[in-house]
Amino acid sequence: MKFIVCVKLTPDTEQLAEVQPQDVGSDDLGVTMVLNPWDEFAVEEALQLQERFDGTAVVVTLGGPDATEALKRAVAMGIEEAVFLSDPAFAGSDAWGVAHVLAQAIKRIGDATLILTGRQSVDGGSGLVGPGLAASLGVPFVSQVAKVLDVTATHATFLRSLDEGMQTVRVKTPAVISVSKEINEPRYPNFMGIRKASRMQYPAITAAQLPGLDRAQIGAAAARIAWTNLRTPPARTGVCEFIQGATVSEQARILVEKLIAEKVI
Amino acid sequence: MSILVYIAQHNGQARPVSWEVLGKARSMADRLAVPLVGLVVGHDVQKIAQQAIAYGADKALTADAPHFVAFRAYAWADALKAAIAATQPHIILAPATSGVRDAVALAACQLGIGLAAECQALDLDADGNLLAERPIFAGNILTTVTFKGRPQAATVRSRSFPLPARDDARTGEIIPLAVTLSDLAAQEEVLDFAAGAAGELGVENASIIVSGGRGVKGPAGFEPLRDLARVLGAAVGASRAAVDAGWIPYPHQVGQTGKTVRPDLYIACGISGAIQHLAGMSNAKVIVAINKDKDAPIFGVARYGIVGDLFEVVPALTEAFKARLGRQ
Ligand SMILES: Cc1cc2nc3c(=O)[nH]c(=O)nc-3n(C[C@H](O)[C@H](O)[C@H](O)COP(=O)(O)OP(=O)(O)OC[C@H]3O[C@@H](n4cnc5c(N)ncnc54)[C@H](O)[C@@H]3O)c2cc1C
Ligand SMILES: Nc1ncnc2c1ncn2[C@@H]1O[C@H](COP(=O)(O)O)[C@@H](O)[C@H]1O
Repeated sequence: MKFIVCVKLTPDTEQLAEVQPQDVGSDDLGVTMVLNPWDEFAVEEALQLQERFDGTAVVVTLGGPDATEALKRAVAMGIEEAVFLSDPAFAGSDAWGVAHVLAQAIKRIGDATLILTGRQSVDGGSGLVGPGLAASLGVPFVSQVAKVLDVTATHATFLRSLDEGMQTVRVKTPAVISVSKEINEPRYPNFMGIRKASRMQYPAITAAQLPGLDRAQIGAAAARIAWTNLRTPPARTGVCEFIQGATVSEQARILVEKLIAEKVI
Repeated sequence: MSILVYIAQHNGQARPVSWEVLGKARSMADRLAVPLVGLVVGHDVQKIAQQAIAYGADKALTADAPHFVAFRAYAWADALKAAIAATQPHIILAPATSGVRDAVALAACQLGIGLAAECQALDLDADGNLLAERPIFAGNILTTVTFKGRPQAATVRSRSFPLPARDDARTGEIIPLAVTLSDLAAQEEVLDFAAGAAGELGVENASIIVSGGRGVKGPAGFEPLRDLARVLGAAVGASRAAVDAGWIPYPHQVGQTGKTVRPDLYIACGISGAIQHLAGMSNAKVIVAINKDKDAPIFGVARYGIVGDLFEVVPALTEAFKARLGRQ
């Protein structure tokens, strides 16, 4: 069985607030870039599935030259094969464009049993590449997987987390899933892994090397949506009013009156 | 031209966010002078279709069959595609609830429709094109998504718009929609469903949230917060520190790797206010912070603060609300 995990390089969450609106979409956001935290769960799950079902695991990313950093982290965690998709023609793609390229790469890799993605990327945060990939490949999609219950030669069974509860769902394989953070505890890379990752080569696969790629579906020209008017949200106005009082009960009473007067309650 | 709104439902109950979206769509349809169509997918959903009319739809389509009860991604996507084919909408809106969110994404990608996910405000430009505002970079940046081509689709977060008034005197056609399920729908089979903890209000729909962090010190530390939540009819939220410690399950987590919430009132108890936590709750209308450290960053976003021990302050608040609201 083959488990393919799709990952993205995104800003370190500690520095998300430092990203400037005018830099969004450029190659350099001026912050440290790391493996998208949601994708760590997907990488960990791919490793666990590989161990459970005696399979193989492959990591794939699409991005600029620096995106190999995301692959390195996955390799350092233990993934043995890495695929780097990079071509100026991919730049500016929307989620459906990215999904189209990834789908061609997954066909090229071949024999996928499950394709794993994170819930969302911390930058765009739309969670669309997973379903887009499933639609592009024409295979089932199971989002927010909290547990992989079983994988057989033809089917896979999952616990899917929904707003209202947990569903047990079985789909035909190959299938695309997005994983929820309840699924596992991502491991930290060890020294051996880090050394292996830094020695591995990550040659770029370009558009020309992807049979089936439809150039009309990728790049900025094909994007059906655009991010405009990038701006910093209005700062929360006013300063915190600290409620004073002789006793805690008095403080509580004052606060309650203020909230009721403001019709918050 | 028309506007199509997907009405999310579970177990024969519409999710309130559906009406919030429908209410916003009503004002857009009025401005464009186009019909507003609601789509209800499920079984025995006549009542919800009727409500869709009462909340502002001109017409309601029903994809009504036993195989639509449990969420199946492509089955629901097939219903949406059938509705799109039947009504030729130029704008498609849906609540960003689990399930519906996936169905909309699959259908939109299959049809090559541009989709803005998890939006929090909507508008129209002078030519009647959708403008969809969404937070990116964990809420640190806002963008207005614009579309090339039509239709134009967006999913919308809970509590982005007010609940519209319901008018049971409104009339409108309810039309059964014929849906042919695709082969992909047949490749997904639901074997079981276990409802989440009964009676616990989900944070994403709550108008008041009482939230606890590492400062509650253990699972039992959430008890005083639950007491306060009960009096206020509030949901209980948590920081990741409390969830990771195993004191409360993950669905309660608020923040960048948890839920994004927009309550009228968010009471943060023993939460320091890390940037990843703020990413999930700083859009609350009023934030109250209770923390024993007067320099905690949470006070930087709070309207009201009480510097003190939450184990004293929270029970005192519960008593004060009980006394003032006459609730038990
Ligand atoms: C990739 C990533 C994603 C993350 N996602 C999230 C997320 O989704 N949500 C989230 O919340 N965090 C998230 N975090 C974690 C975040 O960085 C913080 O570690 C976390 O929010 C801290 O939780 P806390 O405020 O409960 O704990 P602490 O920071 O330890 O704060 C505890 C607070 O309680 C106060 N306190 C202690 N005792 C009392 C008392 N008796 N009475 C009153 N006050 C008291 C202390 O003064 C302190 O301010 C994420 C981190 C990373 C790296
Ligand atoms: N450029 C990319 N390369 C590979 N995988 C990606 C890429 N962008 C997104 N993904 C995957 O899709 C998931 C959802 O991303 P998004 O739709 O951007 O929120 C991520 O968690 C990744 O697993």
